[in-house]
Amino acid sequence: MRLQYPDTIRVIRVPCTGKVDILHLLRAFEKGADGVYVVGCMEGDCRFNQGNLRARKRVEQAQAILEAIGIGGDRVQMYNLSSGEGPKFAEYAREMTERIEKMGPNPLKAARQKKAA
Amino acid sequence: MIVADKKPIEEIIEEVKDYNSILIAGCNECVTVCEAGGKKEVGILASALRMYFMNLGKDVKIDEVTLERQCDHEYLEEIRNNIDQYDAVLSIACGVGVQFMAEKYFDKPILPGVNTCFLGVTEERGVWTERCQACGQCILASTGGICPVSRCAKRLFNGPCGGSTKGKCEINSEVDCAWQLIVDRLKELDKLEDYEKLTPIKDWSTDRAGGPRKVVREDVKL
Repeated sequence: MRLQYPDTIRVIRVPCTGKVDILHLLRAFEKGADGVYVVGCMEGDCRFNQGNLRARKRVEQAQAILEAIGIGGDRVQMYNLSSGEGPKFAEYAREMTERIEKMGPNPLKAARQKKAA
Repeated sequence: MIVADKKPIEEIIEEVKDYNSILIAGCNECVTVCEAGGKKEVGILASALRMYFMNLGKDVKIDEVTLERQCDHEYLEEIRNNIDQYDAVLSIACGVGVQFMAEKYFDKPILPGVNTCFLGVTEERGVWTERCQACGQCILASTGGICPVSRCAKRLFNGPCGGSTKGKCEINSEVDCAWQLIVDRLKELDKLEDYEKLTPIKDWSTDRAGGPRKVVREDVKL
């Protein structure tokens, strides 16, 4: 479709969002990611039955943990769409970028730089 | 199995905030099954705590280990060679494991990371319920395999109380009346005459009420 979406996104493909583990989400932030979002199939349409539901639960767990430790639970989000919805994919990319730009960079990056200095 | 639940991370942070080098120790048995203290939970907790301390600008070393069990000498010995590099150990095994580790490593603070709840079963993913109270005198043979000590709110031994309504306990409409379950089961097993038998007064000396307990097997002791 050649739609435009921000270049701040790095796409990591998985066969089903059910493959995404909560540790993947947390480690991304540990390593300095400003935000992580998981894009899965519409609920009820997972070809592996419940993969996207499991992913949602894990995203919610990660949100609670990140909120409790002061990084910000809103930095991790789950979106659902059908694989034919190209424009929506671009829209979610823009929405997430806007949200993260508003929240600012991952506080751990600044903390690490201060330590290195 | 022993069912435990994760402690809120705020409480854990309060416990460990003054240490500079922490070992998080999980257990591969019961707490893994109830998703509170296994290898995955060790990883999650370690990642969360690392980020918390990094955010505060505090340099804290956090290492991870998952032992097979924390209730046997052999498995706890596995960390003897490197436990000295840590100020404290955060054990997310059940209360048994935390205490045994504390006895073994007498000079090291051993902190709990889960709340140990009861002996129970996995009814479905994410739902665990109590089945046994470890009273030391099992009577399941005469109650069709359903325990009135753990599942009856009043621990009655000779039938339901007047509060049993539509098969539910009067304390909570979601709790089954143990005696309804027992009678239904005895009916199914064709052993309703067991229900008529009077159970004598229970010897509670083997229950926790009699003090901390011990089992000694002379036939096994070397």
